[in-house]
Amino acid sequence: MDILEKNILEKVADIHEVPEGAYNIRSNGQLDSRNTTANIDIVTKEDKQGIDIIIKPGTKNESVHIPVILSRSGLKDMVYNDFYIGEDADVTIVAGCGIHNCGVDTSEHDGIHTFYIKKGAKVKYIEKHYGEGDGEGKKILNPTTVIYIDDGGYMEMDTVQIKGVDSTIRNTKAVLGDNATLIINEKLMTHGVQTAETNFEVDMDGKGSNTNVVSRSVARDKSKQVLNLKINGNNECSGHSECDSIIMDAASVTAIPQLVANNIDAALIHEAAIGKIAGEQLIKLMTLGLTEKEAEEQIVNGFLK
Amino acid sequence: MLELQDICYQVNDDSDDKEILKNVSTTIDGHLVVVTGPNGGGKSTLAKIIAGIIKPTSGRIIFDGEDITELSITDRARKGISFAFQQPVRFKGLTVIDMIRLAAGKDITVGEACNYLSEVGLCAKDYINREINASLSGGEVKRIEIAMVIARGTKFSIFDEPEAGIDLWSFQNLIQVFEKMYNKIQGSILIISHQERILNIADNIIVIADGRIVNEGSKDEVMPQLMVDKIACPTLLEKIK
Repeated sequence: MDILEKNILEKVADIHEVPEGAYNIRSNGQLDSRNTTANIDIVTKEDKQGIDIIIKPGTKNESVHIPVILSRSGLKDMVYNDFYIGEDADVTIVAGCGIHNCGVDTSEHDGIHTFYIKKGAKVKYIEKHYGEGDGEGKKILNPTTVIYIDDGGYMEMDTVQIKGVDSTIRNTKAVLGDNATLIINEKLMTHGVQTAETNFEVDMDGKGSNTNVVSRSVARDKSKQVLNLKINGNNECSGHSECDSIIMDAASVTAIPQLVANNIDAALIHEAAIGKIAGEQLIKLMTLGLTEKEAEEQIVNGFLK
Repeated sequence: MLELQDICYQVNDDSDDKEILKNVSTTIDGHLVVVTGPNGGGKSTLAKIIAGIIKPTSGRIIFDGEDITELSITDRARKGISFAFQQPVRFKGLTVIDMIRLAAGKDITVGEACNYLSEVGLCAKDYINREINASLSGGEVKRIEIAMVIARGTKFSIFDEPEAGIDLWSFQNLIQVFEKMYNKIQGSILIISHQERILNIADNIIVIADGRIVNEGSKDEVMPQLMVDKIACPTLLEKIK
């Protein structure tokens, strides 16, 4: 792996060298390296591109890193990764994709991640997307996440896309069983003429299931964002969604929260807000000696932290 | 030393020119100065003019011999002017330690931040990582606002009604904050207040009413007159009885 690729790896997976525990590093459409542990197996799919990640029941405090790097201009990569999390396991999964494109052709990575979280299992899933390179070629990332959580299972998903991705359609779909919990935190920033569409749909099928979907975004320059947050309450359950956006320059943000209650005991709440940076926030930071530009950066960074 | 020379500020309200400040001139030098007077008299406007948030319609502001009338908020802050807002601003995502670090202008340790917070009666452990958002009470954000000015430690600090919303934390502590600060910075502290106990610690008092300085001088000169003015309203006096 060269310096450039290592740099991307650090951006998307916060790892400098070889990660601890199980990992699978995919670089320019090929397997770069892999490690499995006694409890976590990684198997290449035979029928299509992608891997199966199999975590044994009861596995505790282990992690899996599966970063993807695209540094060759013009590469289109499409993978299917399936995660099987055994009963009562408690693991952290770090995925992420970084594109470096200094060529003229479009680089694209479409990842479809499906999670099967068994009874009582707990997953922390961290996903980062990042693009760089000053070429004309576009950097496109379309992540799809499908989540099935069984009885009493728990998943927390932190998904971040802060920079450099020209176009993205981010689909997340989840089905929750009895007493299952899903927490999603999305952080999104678009700039230039980027476009981002993010679609969340959570089906709370199980009794006592609950979800909290929070999306914070900043749209700068002439970028466009469309945020769809849909929660379906199909049983006695509770759901909350929130999308909060800062709009800057000549950007455009559309927030479409949607709640569907199909059961009298479904308690659903949504909150949505779009607004520019408050003038008084800028003034306050300027009275501390920051320039207007520095103040703006602090406010945006804090908001997306 | 801060000198205000013939400061006027006009706004256009419903095509009617309204004078908020009229020919305000004074010099503030090495003192704890309290600006008082009736609500709507122009006190907060004057504070904002000093900090650069509002540009005066006419007049000059001289700070340590330099004309700062045309300088931005940022430049004035860097020259040593601090301003604690009457209504502190809230930020989603920025934490108490973030703001204190920005105020101090350097990457201070948690221990140092703890020093500033304990000055205003807050336990750093409970607050350091709290976001300055709607979850904090009015009194809490007010105290954090004061801690930020302490962290800056500049030679000229303005506090706009610091006592408002300060609940359980006693007045005595607030007064200690000002006295300690004064000893440390050896500069000027300008406090806008209606509170007699704050007026009592002033070296000088400036009374602003209807956009003008109607009285100014040492505490001993101005305080007795303020009391006389208060008695001037018999109806109010009747009600208080």
